[in-house]
Amino acid sequence: MATTATQQTKWWSGGKSPFNIEYGKLMMWYFLMSDAFTFGAFLISYGSIRFSQNFWPDPNVVFNAFPGAGHANLPLAFVSVMTFILIISSVTMVLAVHAGHNNDKKAVIKWLGWTIVGGIAFLSCQAWEWHHLITGTHATLIDGQIQWVGQTTTVNPWGNLVDAETLTAALKNSTVQSIAQVVHEQHGNTMSHEQLLGLPKDQLLNMVNTAELHIREKGPVAFGGYFYGITGFHGFHVLSGVVINIVMLLMAKNDVFAKRGHYLMIEKAGLYWHFVDLVWVFVFLCFYLI
Amino acid sequence: MEHQSASPEVTFTHHTSDADFRKKVIRTTVILSVITVIELIIGLIIYNIHKGPEPSAFLVLAFKGVVCILTIAKAYYIVAVFMHLGDEIRNMIMTIVVPLLLFIWFIAAFIYDGNSYKNLRNDYDKHFKESTMPKGHHKAEEHKVEEPKPGKQ
Repeated sequence: MATTATQQTKWWSGGKSPFNIEYGKLMMWYFLMSDAFTFGAFLISYGSIRFSQNFWPDPNVVFNAFPGAGHANLPLAFVSVMTFILIISSVTMVLAVHAGHNNDKKAVIKWLGWTIVGGIAFLSCQAWEWHHLITGTHATLIDGQIQWVGQTTTVNPWGNLVDAETLTAALKNSTVQSIAQVVHEQHGNTMSHEQLLGLPKDQLLNMVNTAELHIREKGPVAFGGYFYGITGFHGFHVLSGVVINIVMLLMAKNDVFAKRGHYLMIEKAGLYWHFVDLVWVFVFLCFYLI
Repeated sequence: MEHQSASPEVTFTHHTSDADFRKKVIRTTVILSVITVIELIIGLIIYNIHKGPEPSAFLVLAFKGVVCILTIAKAYYIVAVFMHLGDEIRNMIMTIVVPLLLFIWFIAAFIYDGNSYKNLRNDYDKHFKESTMPKGHHKAEEHKVEEPKPGKQ
């Protein structure tokens, strides 16, 4: 008796929705709330570690590169491009949802398309940034000698600046390869890296302009892990958002929503997409601004 | 605009005319962009304070506080307007917003914990303090030390 009753009962039964909202939309909200706690826990753990350190890298030192600008010092420039890409793609998503309310298939496809373009552009920017941080090596004081390292989850070159005395001692302990690379960076055009490697160590050391050389110790180990972990988790959300939007675009194209009579599914995808933008606002704050 | 609903149980829909909607979206986009530009300017100000000869820790902290408040304003506009949470009924809004108040404790407790761990370590692990404290701060700290350090006189 009870089973037959439940079979006929809809989930959202009672004749009236408690919050006057679709079941799916409400559950999307609760999912996003739980996801906010996941991201919140990551960012708070980052904050906790950061407050437990005497030194933390200045974001303007770490994030100062721009594609095609070489070694130019452009703090905050590239990440502001990424931020604006996400804001604009959020706006196009709002327009797609609104077009859905009007049952305007053409506009839905157009704005969803632009949202997907924005998402892919953001992911490409992030890929470039990661690539640059991992492969762009810096001369760093590690274990009393100069080594060339990029930012990974085990080491990063963003520590305290080294004073001239320690630097001179460290240069003497360093390998010929490391010193040759320092010289090559300083007088790029005069000799190739291979030619420099052929020179004796003393001569190389004399060629180093220590006054112009700003070398840092290795930075806090946790910096790389938190950066790649949290921006990676966010990037994964962007990627899944792009996939969801592509599915929505194909469904709209194939008249799935037109036959259903409403485009409310787009609204749920839109909530997810805006959430991704919302999280970026906080990632942007925690890693790049403060 | 025809009435759209997935089921007859939902009777509440957001009725906005195209003109109103357009105005609202443009307004929010402008607000978000302006706040972001202000944040970037403050970021560059902080960068220049750090570069200066005597970086003022208080000024940096104050600017960072302003950026945090601006970020919360941005979050409010994204959630209330873009995600239409502001248009839902009150009880629904409360089931989302009230649990998020947990973040107040969450942030305060864990930041305090990290800071207290740092202070304890600086007190009891001199090697940690010497090897990680930036040189500028290090000198400032040394002035407070009462007994002179051997070899430094």
